[in-house]
Amino acid sequence: MSLLEVDNLTQLFSGLCAVSELKLALEERELVGLIGPNGAGKTTVFNIVSGFYQPTHGEIRFQGRNLAGLKPHQVSALGITRTFQNIRLWKEMSVLDNILVAQHYHLGYGLGGLFFRTPRYLKREKDIRIRAFELLEIFKIDQFADEKPTNLPYGMQRKVEIVRALSSGPKLLLLDEPAAGLQATDVSELITLIQWVFDQFDLSIWMIEHQMKVVMSLCSQISVIDFGKLIASGTPEEIQNNPEVIKAYLGDDQL
Amino acid sequence: MKRLSVPILLVILLSILMGLSYFEVIDLYIQTIILFMGINIITSTSLNLVNGNMGEFSCGHAGFIAVGAYVSSILSVALFTKSKVFGAPLLPPELAAYGFPFVLIVGGIASALTGLLIAIPSFRTRDDYLAIITIAANYIIITAIINIDKIGGARGFMGMKRVIFAMEKCAEIPWMILWVFLFTVLTVIIIRRYMTSTYGKGVEAIRQDEISAEIMGVNTNRIKLVTFMISSGLAGIAGGLYAHTVGYVNPKSFDLLKSTEALVMVYLGGMGSITGSILSAVIFTLMLELLRPLQIIKWVAIPLLLIIIMQFRPEGIMGHRELSDIFPKLKKFYKFK
Repeated sequence: MSLLEVDNLTQLFSGLCAVSELKLALEERELVGLIGPNGAGKTTVFNIVSGFYQPTHGEIRFQGRNLAGLKPHQVSALGITRTFQNIRLWKEMSVLDNILVAQHYHLGYGLGGLFFRTPRYLKREKDIRIRAFELLEIFKIDQFADEKPTNLPYGMQRKVEIVRALSSGPKLLLLDEPAAGLQATDVSELITLIQWVFDQFDLSIWMIEHQMKVVMSLCSQISVIDFGKLIASGTPEEIQNNPEVIKAYLGDDQL
Repeated sequence: MKRLSVPILLVILLSILMGLSYFEVIDLYIQTIILFMGINIITSTSLNLVNGNMGEFSCGHAGFIAVGAYVSSILSVALFTKSKVFGAPLLPPELAAYGFPFVLIVGGIASALTGLLIAIPSFRTRDDYLAIITIAANYIIITAIINIDKIGGARGFMGMKRVIFAMEKCAEIPWMILWVFLFTVLTVIIIRRYMTSTYGKGVEAIRQDEISAEIMGVNTNRIKLVTFMISSGLAGIAGGLYAHTVGYVNPKSFDLLKSTEALVMVYLGGMGSITGSILSAVIFTLMLELLRPLQIIKWVAIPLLLIIIMQFRPEGIMGHRELSDIFPKLKKFYKFK
């Protein structure tokens, strides 16, 4: 059984076919890429997988469980979290609070516990705080715990967003264009970071990326979509030499 | 010492207020203003939870105040006093002093349930729609009360003064000062605990980016309902206290003007700031009384002041900050949880 199976996925937006009969599978402990030209439907695929859209047709199974009808927060509770193309941290909350709130589904106390400050509530609040600090420490951003995200450089905000996505202990991490808007030096740092996350945490990573350098150096498998259709999949070398892909995406330029 | 400073301060404040009222150093007029301050603090902090922290726009807070006021008034009059409508008291009037907080809480629960009823359909929509729905709900509640003749209809409902007299038979102390003070403190504690917990921080996340909150695992629908219920429930308690302070309720006193007053307090004090809401409730109550000689012109002066504030400080007096954020040194002296 694969970790994530996307079966015959179709998404229509009032007649416009954003994703058409997409069929994909992701194994456990895999770092794979999803590429395609602008408007190919990549982010739509992520939005469907994270529960934000309900697909028109088709099925998504995560660890054998059908995700149909689940709300985004339920999908995230099952172990799929993501980052966004345009960073969507909560801008007026401190970095620490951002990490804390992302564990919202796993709080493990009720309103009664909250108002009466029961021992269980205090313990749980302490636990998630400790966990958040551990994460901040291993990513070496604990010195920014009390900063607002907007005061951090762009590359650092990306990092915080990845930490936030990791804080609830996901099985599958979706990265939506993590290198978008980063400078060249930051990009190589990001490659190291993603590789490091993949090595350190027990999860699979599925990423959308435009910068070939990132995808080619990180992913073991790459799927290419164009106009919502899967046109190729394989190892980076295969993709680079696939004439379909070159035609659709890379044009006549050689990599 | 740090841990005890706030409780000690509160006890001192309460004893000063009770003492001054007991020995009649301050007359009934000033006592009533103090009571209104407390009630307005509950009103503004509870509305602040929805409008400031959650970033929704609820315009019908007075509707919930009305529900709480009527439910608790009817209950306390029926339970503890002899009245034309309900006949002999159902419980011995000596119990009034002990039963009163429960009556208030029942009023609060009734308001919270009304809030739930309104929140379920309205949170499917967003922003302006919630404003429209809450205004409509405010009118529905007022019209419903006007049309129930048994509880006085448009004439209003009275008899709550007798509940106070019943309490005073138990002990000759200014009971309302005690109750308003206790419930004001309780409200601030409830809201403070809610907003400092990770659960409550989900409310802030919803205001800042609802989509990313939902995707990061915050059950946004549920938390919106819970927050709205807490807010309307506390408004109901404010209503109960108001009814027993004035001794008389009239549906007209819970119309849109009252909701507007609550909104003014929230926006004056600063969105999302508990201390801001407390401060503005106190200032607003004082201002209403100080400007009383102006009579109707008062309602020109106060909106004008609001316009001026919005021009120069659009985020309100405090604006998403607490007193301890502005004066960090204060943190050394207290620990308030």
